[in-house]
Amino acid sequence: MSARAAELPWWADALVMPVLNLALAFLVSGGVLLALGEDPIECVQIMFNGAFSSGSGIGYTLFYATNFIFTGLAFAVAFHAGLFNIGVEGQAYIAGLGVALASLYFEFLPAPVIILLAIVFSAAFGAAWAFIPAYLQAKRGSHLVITTIMFNFIATALMAFLLVNFLKPDGDMAPETRTFAEHARMPLLQDVFGWFGLTMAQSPLNLSFVWALICAAAVSLLVWRTRLGYELRTLGASPDAAVYAGMPVTRLTVIALMISGALGGFLALNEVMGSQNRLTLEFSGGYGFVGIAVALMGRSRSIGIILAAILFGALYQGGAELAFDKPNITRDMVVLVQGLVILMAGALEHMLRPTVGRLFAGCSTTATAQEA
Amino acid sequence: MLTRTIIAITATALMAGAAIAADKIKPAVVYDLGGKNDKSFNQGVFDGATKFQKETGIKFRDFEIQNDSQREQALRNFASKGFSPILAVGFSQAQAVAKIADEFPKTQFGIIDMVVDKPNVASIVFKEHEGSFLVGMLAEMAAKSGKVGFVGGMDIPLIRRFACGYVGGAKAANPKAEVFQNMTGTTGAAWNDPVKGGELAKAQFAQGADVVYHAAGGTGVGVLQAAADAKKLGIGVDSNQNGMHPGSVLTSMLKRVDVAAYTLFDAAKNGKFKAGVQALGLAEGGVGWALDKNNKALITSEMQKAVDTATADIKSGKIVVHDYMSDSKCPY
Amino acid sequence: MSVSGPAAAIDLKGIDKRFGAVHANKAVSLAIAPGTIHGIVGENGAGKSTLMSILYGFYQADAGEIFINGAPRKIVRPSDAIAAGIGMVHQHFMLVEPFTVLENVVLGAEGGARLIGGLTKARTELQRLGDAYNMSVPLDTPVSELAVGVQQRVEILKALYRGADVLILDEPTGVLTPSEADHLFRVLDQLRHQGKTVIFITHKLREIMAITDNVSVMRRGEIVGTVATKTTTPQALAELMVGRTVRLKVDKAARAPGPVVLDVRELSATDNRGTTRLRDVSFTIREGEIVGIAGVAGNGQSELLEVLAGIRRRASGEILLHGQPLDPAHTDPAKLREARCAHVPEDRHRMGLVMSFSACENTILGYQDDPRFTPHGLLNRTAIAADTSGKMIAFDVRPGNPQLRASLFSGGNQQKLVLAREFERDPTLLIVGQPTRGVDIGAIEFIHKRLIAMRDAGKAVLLVSVELDEIRALADRVLVMFDGRIVGERGPDASEQDLGLLMAGIAS
Repeated sequence: MSARAAELPWWADALVMPVLNLALAFLVSGGVLLALGEDPIECVQIMFNGAFSSGSGIGYTLFYATNFIFTGLAFAVAFHAGLFNIGVEGQAYIAGLGVALASLYFEFLPAPVIILLAIVFSAAFGAAWAFIPAYLQAKRGSHLVITTIMFNFIATALMAFLLVNFLKPDGDMAPETRTFAEHARMPLLQDVFGWFGLTMAQSPLNLSFVWALICAAAVSLLVWRTRLGYELRTLGASPDAAVYAGMPVTRLTVIALMISGALGGFLALNEVMGSQNRLTLEFSGGYGFVGIAVALMGRSRSIGIILAAILFGALYQGGAELAFDKPNITRDMVVLVQGLVILMAGALEHMLRPTVGRLFAGCSTTATAQEA
Repeated sequence: MLTRTIIAITATALMAGAAIAADKIKPAVVYDLGGKNDKSFNQGVFDGATKFQKETGIKFRDFEIQNDSQREQALRNFASKGFSPILAVGFSQAQAVAKIADEFPKTQFGIIDMVVDKPNVASIVFKEHEGSFLVGMLAEMAAKSGKVGFVGGMDIPLIRRFACGYVGGAKAANPKAEVFQNMTGTTGAAWNDPVKGGELAKAQFAQGADVVYHAAGGTGVGVLQAAADAKKLGIGVDSNQNGMHPGSVLTSMLKRVDVAAYTLFDAAKNGKFKAGVQALGLAEGGVGWALDKNNKALITSEMQKAVDTATADIKSGKIVVHDYMSDSKCPY
Repeated sequence: MSVSGPAAAIDLKGIDKRFGAVHANKAVSLAIAPGTIHGIVGENGAGKSTLMSILYGFYQADAGEIFINGAPRKIVRPSDAIAAGIGMVHQHFMLVEPFTVLENVVLGAEGGARLIGGLTKARTELQRLGDAYNMSVPLDTPVSELAVGVQQRVEILKALYRGADVLILDEPTGVLTPSEADHLFRVLDQLRHQGKTVIFITHKLREIMAITDNVSVMRRGEIVGTVATKTTTPQALAELMVGRTVRLKVDKAARAPGPVVLDVRELSATDNRGTTRLRDVSFTIREGEIVGIAGVAGNGQSELLEVLAGIRRRASGEILLHGQPLDPAHTDPAKLREARCAHVPEDRHRMGLVMSFSACENTILGYQDDPRFTPHGLLNRTAIAADTSGKMIAFDVRPGNPQLRASLFSGGNQQKLVLAREFERDPTLLIVGQPTRGVDIGAIEFIHKRLIAMRDAGKAVLLVSVELDEIRALADRVLVMFDGRIVGERGPDASEQDLGLLMAGIAS
């Protein structure tokens, strides 16, 4: 009999573990804040209020969450197939080109068509950037983690080159494209509400959020209800079983990564088309990497990813408010707190698990004993 | 519990607002991604604002952004809480400043290194080409070989403006001057890569350059170090860097962002805030070159005299230093 | 029975251990006399390994005490056990393959920062031990170059080097040829003569009868009997293990085979590292015939199975199915399934099942393209569940819940799930690897009956197993593989000794 790690009931896995990890992260952060001479409780309140107590705060929280939903889903899809796509960052970055292509060079078209084109182009560019490492992994056995990381660097260099030499308007200082025309942007939700005579606070929250929710539902459907999803999960859970079952492993690997890249590419919709309204350097800003933590924390399930994304969105927005309200707390401190949450939720996922598992085992033991 | 907190916070905010509103201004600064401790540009603003705070007792608030989306948010945050003037540092803030300036027409904004054409925005730009022209002259006169070098940070028009002025100065001092130019990179990382900066400087020294001028932020630390190591001369930028390697730094091209920040706040305090473009050149004291005990021995009286003449000529308009950014060309 | 004479070498009292809902050891008490070989038998999951892991300090018992030579000892980690003079030889060797024997032995007992001193000391000591127990091993050869039986001797020496008086051997013969097993038994006998105590864990009753002094039978976490080996029979032990009467023999009517279904000609293949593992293998299988492939694990059987199942590319040779040659470039598992070749893989954990999937999802594994299950690319969950329920009833899979995760079924029920999936498709050719590995005796009976039923229904069956008894009980013809070749063919009535020599590559 093997020493199998104690099994947790599903609800404990989905709820108790994330909450515990989060609590631990806040506990450690609280210690750091105390050492800085700040009241941790007050800081948490500021963060919470900053993220949720005003319309604009909620808007920003959901805006950031949109990024994390896309990157979280992107990582999760590949992860279901057992693939560790560290390259979401680069795929999203390259996808910015697709969005810029739609918004700059197709601006003569009406807004809905541009939006549609932007969705198609961002997905295509993201998927294309994922294709090369995918192909190398599937056909040549190059290690995906290595190639995708390398491709992040290549993406950075390529984008800098294109922005500086081709996309930047002449004489402009910043290596960024010109601003998109009004109708070539992703409509802000506040404007969409405005069309119906409703008002909503100022924030960069835009229709990409709705698209993110649609993507989450679609991914859920794909993974759990389709043959392709079944094959991807088989490949992820047991590559040998996938071969045994006659699944086209090479093709599945490439498909999984391209779907992943496409989903990651949608980050550009939110950032470039929805918020910056121009293609800028490094707009992907680490969202791709945080997406890994989001996916792990959300257990690679769509609903979990949405919740984890909102949590990280709140951390980003609340963190900004904290840095704003507390001159003593620099942005580096905020990054530290965010990093701790990622560490606890993602990397140290298994630190508490055995203990909790034992606790649950203990409970069920007494329960059975009483039954007997 | 939550409601009480919100009430408490709102109350505090209101009281704070009431306390300051009287006649004092509420200045604020939004730094660029580099952050206020970048030992260069952003820090210059921080120093100027701190000086203002010390002298007037008027506290200023500041914010270091973490990502692009926070520019707008921070500006709006300050504006909605009644801060004015709000100084945005760096050309990347232009879009956000333009947008928020529209939203809050009564609030005074300032932006450094970029022009935002709004009735409530003061755009502060520097004539870096003028200062660079002077240090170019000094460099060429100090170089026995007649060869001098330039190491830029990120390859953007602003830095090419430095380079172009520098070449102009060198050629003015010696029409046969040879100027090597290198840019460190094309992204923000180029501002903070001292190792590469040092390598570029070494390469230029190897080609025969005697003096290397950097306009590369943190990267320049490596350039100056390489000059000191090679027993050659470096030229600093933005702030006075003569003291970093006394005797090895020929001079520094000064770009007084601290003065700009201080002046903006001071004008606002005295009710003299003026929107529009302020181009700070030699005549306005916005740029210049540093002479102190560290480099006194390096500057001969002949050099001093030549530069003083050029300064006067530029101020009077007799010499017009070409601005690269006016036509993206460098005629020198 | 009671232990007479000096204090018991090992005395376990009331050992109790739970893993979640599983009660692995229920107040187990066991005394082992010094200088004896004590066998522990039981089915998979009976609690043998758990009990030994507690003794060796891998797990902590929830309750109970351990006495060693009469004195109570606390054993919290393996180093405590080693200090108490207990050594363990695991089923899977804990050796660092590129290291030499000497380096492996000193591993963890290097004796200081500088290796050389420890090595010299170890060399002398190992030579002494090798002489004393008559098991010499080449000290400076990398372990990876040694035969499996020799590697096992290294493990034993390692334990002895650390001063073990009690040796635990966990299923030691699983990887050995019959002759290697005989050698092991001689070594164990030697150890017993020198006063060492040996605990011998196995599920093979034959070995228990051959070597042990006393034997304890475990069932469902309890010791259901401890007897002197002389006084018992394999049949009695088997009944103790299962808790009811079992038939160890399979009834099989004679049957005339039909036309050739599978014709393999001079088949060669390499493993993933490019080493040739299959050399010019030729054989045929006819309708209504079970062809058994006997051999010690690792002699090319796995590669043979994989090539025939389309998982591995052959290097050369021909495969004819119903007289039609299979194109090597277009032979994949999906195509073979279409051609009604069913494959029960050797390793159900790695290949046959996806452990984290439900029984439902596992019953469509390999048949995911069937439009009944995935119309328009969407999973039809109702149809899949109904189909799974039917298969579970037909193969008596318990519990009969199609939504239950595969990992939560016992080994026997997992295997029945795989068989149900592959058999119920009415294949013409069945390729079966290790059908009863890690399966309890009750399920073995069931699986054997099903295999015979398939044969009687006119299917061609290729049976690969390392259990010689199984091959002899089921196969109509026995092929023996050694070093990638078929070294001999025998009838099912061939003697064990005859087959054993073939398996060891000695006779042909």
